[in-house]
Amino acid sequence: MKLRRRQRERLSLGLQYLVFIAIIATVLVAADWDRLADAFFRVDIIKSMFPTIITVALRNTILYTLGAFAFGLVFGTILALMRLSRVAPYRWVATAYIELFRGLPALLVLFLVGYGIPIAFPEREIPGGVFGSIAIGLGLTAAAYMAETIRAGIQAVPKGQMEAARTLGMSHFTAMRTIVIPQAFRIVIPPLTNELILLTKDSSLAYVLGVTAQTIEITKFGRDMLNDRVNATPLLVAGLAYLVITLPLSQVVRRLELRYAKAR
Amino acid sequence: MTTTPARPAVEIRDLHKSFGPLEVLKGIDFEVGQGEVVCVIGPSGSGKSTLLRCVDLLEEPTAGKIWVNGVEMTDPDVEIDAVRRGIGMVFQSFNLFPHLTVLNNLTIAQRRVLRRGRAEAERIARANLERVGLTDKADAFPAQLSGGQQQRAAIARSLSMEPKLMLFDEPTSALDPELVGDVLTVMRKLAEDGMTMMVVTHEMAFARDVADRVVFMDGGVVVEQGPPQEVLGAPKHERTRAFLSRVLDPTHVAQLGAPDQSGPPSAG
Repeated sequence: MKLRRRQRERLSLGLQYLVFIAIIATVLVAADWDRLADAFFRVDIIKSMFPTIITVALRNTILYTLGAFAFGLVFGTILALMRLSRVAPYRWVATAYIELFRGLPALLVLFLVGYGIPIAFPEREIPGGVFGSIAIGLGLTAAAYMAETIRAGIQAVPKGQMEAARTLGMSHFTAMRTIVIPQAFRIVIPPLTNELILLTKDSSLAYVLGVTAQTIEITKFGRDMLNDRVNATPLLVAGLAYLVITLPLSQVVRRLELRYAKAR
Repeated sequence: MTTTPARPAVEIRDLHKSFGPLEVLKGIDFEVGQGEVVCVIGPSGSGKSTLLRCVDLLEEPTAGKIWVNGVEMTDPDVEIDAVRRGIGMVFQSFNLFPHLTVLNNLTIAQRRVLRRGRAEAERIARANLERVGLTDKADAFPAQLSGGQQQRAAIARSLSMEPKLMLFDEPTSALDPELVGDVLTVMRKLAEDGMTMMVVTHEMAFARDVADRVVFMDGGVVVEQGPPQEVLGAPKHERTRAFLSRVLDPTHVAQLGAPDQSGPPSAG
């Protein structure tokens, strides 16, 4: 018996739903819900984590992230302009830096900044203490990625824009500042916001620098609680705390991408 | 180098331009008089767009000299930004600034380059929008405009700088056929108002009706030039005739067996 096209389509769709429901049902049946709830969802432990997880851990995570992002944005913009420079040595240095730091794990760079610099310059301190070390340590890596994003953004502005601005009598600098950079920024805001999301999660590496009760961030806070209570509930709460930051940011990226897709 | 109004708007002497090993302009001598409308025609790859872009120094000539309103553009020390204020350029792809409204497209250079105040810049911008028939589009963004409207806004943007010379680089080639007329009408009005214009175009009707002089280029040289009725009506050179028959009577181009008269196809 031959099925007609619409019948075949309905059958295929039905099968796909069936597979999905089967997987969900298996998980629901196989899981030991009492043990799960006991390991991941102890209300008393959740209660004990507040308000510190918000007032200290979440706050510090946001501070470290913003610090690293600000450092990375400024340094990354400089690197991007160096890569586009007419002076060849600037291009070489920027290219070498970007290749190097994109290839190194952020953890290692953070180690080098946190422990290497104090050894190399014993009489000097990194300004801002732990905050400064994390901002620079994570920012150095972020700058390499952001430099490439910003450079691509500048180059994505059509050549005709610069030409049109120059034929109106604008200098290269004025044309760059009023015509090219504003358009480049629109192009790079979504990828830069993604970089911000990545940095939010990378800020969990701060533990390698040995944080205290005042400088603790979400992941370390969750792990300490895990060891303390011998229960996984703090990890679940820590994860949710990250989502409080990252989910709205993802939404922002999506909105911006839609808006600029329309404006162009 | 003096700035006497009596000199031609554009003077070009023995201009050569190469892109790598490819010589696009092979010695051009050319003038545009004050108030003259010159149309440059020719097959794609003939170098006509490159010639126009050299006048505004968007392309650096390999050899030769160019003067615009008596100022030598090819002087390495030329104050290029200052000279360009007197030259309007209209591109095939409009090149409006997409992040600015139409009004701000027209005011930004007035304000940043000519240092005009906002009120004065906007008054001049609106006057030029009226000239091109876009009064109601002042607050629109370029993406909200049709191609023809964008090109007219681009013309108004150039006019807002009050140039003495307008360069047009195939201004209607990117437009849908039904939008071409609006742009050509604006250009014709501009010509009637006495603007000096150099127009690279494929619009033979415009060249015939509006131009004071038509220049036919092929293979990087000026093949022939003269009043439109001569160049378009009674061309002296075989290459001109071949080109015109291709453009004006495209359905009969394939004279089977006849040698191909056009140059090699390339971006032009």
